[in-house]
Amino acid sequence: MIRFENVGVRFDDGDKPVLSGVDLQVDEGELVLVVGATGSGKTTLLRCVNGLVPHFSGGTLSGRVTVDGRDTRTHRPRDLADVVGVVGQDPAAAFVTDTVEEELAYGMESLGVHGDVMRRRVEETLDLLSLADVRQRTLRTLSGGQQQRVAIGGVLAAHPRVLVLDEPTSALDPVAAEEVLAALTRLVHDLGLTVLLAEHRLERVVQYADRVVVVENGRVSSNLPAAAMAMSPVSPPIIDLGRLAGWSPLPLSVRDARRVAGPMRQALAGRTPARVVRSITMTGQSESLLSARALVVNRGRRAVLRGIDLEVRTGEVVALMGRNGSGKSTLLAAACGQLPTRGGSVRTGGFDPASLNPRELMRHVGLVPQDPGLLLYDETVGAECRAADTDVRATPGTTRALLVHLAPDVQDSTHPRDLSEGQRLALALAIVLAGQPPLVLLDEPTRGLDYGAKTRLVASLRSLAAEGHGVLVATHDVELVAELADRVMVIADGELVTDGPAAAVLAGSPAFAPQVAKVMHPQPWLTVADVAAALEAS
Amino acid sequence: MATWPRRHGRLSKPATAVTRALHDPRLPRLLHPAAWWAWAIGLAMAASRTTNPLLLALVVAVAGYVVASRRELGAASPFGAFLRLGLFVIAMRVVFVALLGGGVPGRTVLFTLPQVPLPAGTGGVRLGGPVTLEGVLAAAYDGARLAAVLACIGAANALASPRRLLRYVPATLYEVGTALVVALTYAPQLVDDARRVRTARRLRGHAGRGPRELARLAVPVLDSALERSLDLAASMESRGYGRSVHRDARSRRKATALTLFGLGGVVAGVYGLLDGGSAPLLGLPLLLVGSAAAAASLAVGARRERRSRYRPDPWAAPEWVVASSGAIAGALVLVAAQRGVPGIIVQTSPAVWPTLPWLPALGVLLGLVPGWLSPLPPLRALERKGSHPDNLSRDNDSQDIHAQEIRTQEIRAKSIGRAS
Repeated sequence: MIRFENVGVRFDDGDKPVLSGVDLQVDEGELVLVVGATGSGKTTLLRCVNGLVPHFSGGTLSGRVTVDGRDTRTHRPRDLADVVGVVGQDPAAAFVTDTVEEELAYGMESLGVHGDVMRRRVEETLDLLSLADVRQRTLRTLSGGQQQRVAIGGVLAAHPRVLVLDEPTSALDPVAAEEVLAALTRLVHDLGLTVLLAEHRLERVVQYADRVVVVENGRVSSNLPAAAMAMSPVSPPIIDLGRLAGWSPLPLSVRDARRVAGPMRQALAGRTPARVVRSITMTGQSESLLSARALVVNRGRRAVLRGIDLEVRTGEVVALMGRNGSGKSTLLAAACGQLPTRGGSVRTGGFDPASLNPRELMRHVGLVPQDPGLLLYDETVGAECRAADTDVRATPGTTRALLVHLAPDVQDSTHPRDLSEGQRLALALAIVLAGQPPLVLLDEPTRGLDYGAKTRLVASLRSLAAEGHGVLVATHDVELVAELADRVMVIADGELVTDGPAAAVLAGSPAFAPQVAKVMHPQPWLTVADVAAALEAS
Repeated sequence: MATWPRRHGRLSKPATAVTRALHDPRLPRLLHPAAWWAWAIGLAMAASRTTNPLLLALVVAVAGYVVASRRELGAASPFGAFLRLGLFVIAMRVVFVALLGGGVPGRTVLFTLPQVPLPAGTGGVRLGGPVTLEGVLAAAYDGARLAAVLACIGAANALASPRRLLRYVPATLYEVGTALVVALTYAPQLVDDARRVRTARRLRGHAGRGPRELARLAVPVLDSALERSLDLAASMESRGYGRSVHRDARSRRKATALTLFGLGGVVAGVYGLLDGGSAPLLGLPLLLVGSAAAAASLAVGARRERRSRYRPDPWAAPEWVVASSGAIAGALVLVAAQRGVPGIIVQTSPAVWPTLPWLPALGVLLGLVPGWLSPLPPLRALERKGSHPDNLSRDNDSQDIHAQEIRTQEIRAKSIGRAS
């Protein structure tokens, strides 16, 4: 169905090719997962499939890409639209129309699908992706997860034979992600859809893949999932656990792992993970950095937070979880005084954040927004760091030193836009930390991060907490929470549902349980590192 | 199978129960975008022919009332932005006339600015000097006229998203269509980005206001908005926009030529109608010729067009009411201006207190009719019933309206089914 023949891609400003010597064949009805570290060329590979590279991106394509026999050199993306559907990384950037229904119909309109058929397919798609109750809403007013589903739906409704998805679940909460993936696998099985999918959160998708394509330094190798995972530079926790225990073949799903994990569970029976001990000792002497009492915040006329009580103290890392659109980002915005409170109170370091002027505010709280680029304004990383130093009146070089600590290999002369996701996040975090705010807030920091970048992020946030900062992270990523958080708060529909130690909350519900917890259930293990430490001690 | 032609969204006979329901202004639905734009152009035409501030204020009030009562909830509302732009236009105009002199001679000197001597031979232009009441008034009235036209355009934008109107751009002109969609997205995207960046700027210890901040933030904001626009163009392309064009080069050239000629004619005609200074015969005839050419190009394009339409907007009685109320309002003021009815053009030298000419005022008031006689947009209809627009189906109070809404959809489905 898709054929890459000795394909190389080189962009005009790059000194080395993004992809080179790619030979790849994807057959009809296959679900192929593309993995690789950030910046390895996954997105470029995907955009080659429907000809966006090189027709829209510029650059030079050598070799040949054919889809259903059509060569992308002679066929523009629009000529391939009936065969290939593409969903990009940022769903909102791809919306052409104003409302959900119109967006779902747009692709079909362009293809000239008959009116009756079109209506039926819109209804089917609304049901398939659970969008029926927002069908008339304006796209801008939807939450990130809903937007993601609309973007997928808009492409699916046109019934392409090949679907190309770039990180389709990165903005989704665990349950919504499972729904989308379940819908995809159903389409693959029932309709013979061919799916090419890039994803960083392998724990969500690797079990559904028929084949895994690993992209490393512009080179591509493809293999069966278990074999590919054994040598992949990035791997989900379940694979790490399998490698630790020496299971062969490596289990890809929780079900497979549980069947071989019996001896390991026996060996660890009766032992307590070290982390539980730590979080109990942590909550001793500490002062409150953020406290909300019966907090009500509106966005427009809609009450997004309805009476939230919460507390973040020095030295702890708190994870804020909840469905898409449940009010996580709103809570963080309110904690920085970006949104007015409608009722109750919020205090950041003892002050009402909305009453502080920006200069005082940054002495109390720092926020890394969902899009770290919002904090970056300069042409080079070096200029950005110097500006941050002057902003907070720190000694010159402070930000740069922080950045070296967080991401060692960033050059001063690079444009912030050319950094990888992880590096950009590190830069934004360094800028925020330059002001030494006692409270650090992060909104969905792992979007687009590979496992290596995530591990570095966890290490730096943990060391912040050890230095006495308080950290509040809003995220959907349960694996991150398992490695990072002391405490987990779950909000639903603007109300606080759960607030408790990470181990108890995560292990307590299947939706929020990390893979290791599922494999080791009913024992309270959350991460591979915990298991490894305990095995070593025994 | 019952077949009756249903071209360009227009319902034709026989009038069944289905079509009758669409004629009922009580049935909540979105009107055809062209109806709102026709209404707004009518009002703009009225505004462009008068300098009477009372009449102009009336036009703005009428547009504002209709926007307030018929705008769909949750849709972008650029009306306020257009009003602010209008005020800015008036202010600029007055300031420039005060500084440079406007060519309107006046005797009532309000105050005198220090004058910079200019070399002889610069005509009526001067820098500083006496500022007269007559000059300022003439500038303010002129500015107000433009501001009122802007308000009408803003109203059309708020009532019917330009993107919905763009669905009617023929595929023969797909490059123009892409450019228009991208351009239309760019401005709101820019405003959105600017707001987000300014909020984020607070996190770095700056207020995000003032000229220095503006200079610092302008480049990244413009940059990211441009990048998004390119993303959007890529998205349209990869979803097949403009596919149908590559079929037959000759018919494409014919259709393109006709469309360009037609659009040119329409634009020139509208300009003729709006600009009081141009020859009276330039407006209407050119508009008619242009429309005919555009229609012909649509017909040629439509034969080739493989695009289909999801739930095409019907054109029924409410659309006629809305479009004609604006058209009549414009026509009445046009005729009054042609006949030289006193009060349409307010005398500024010597300055007199403007009075409201009753006939054109009544004409402008006709533009209010859509405020009562057009169907409510669906979400607003729900809101009127006192339920929240977010949970359509959960709310018991809204069940009957919801049921009605479902009926509308069924009706449309049927009418589409029949069309084929």
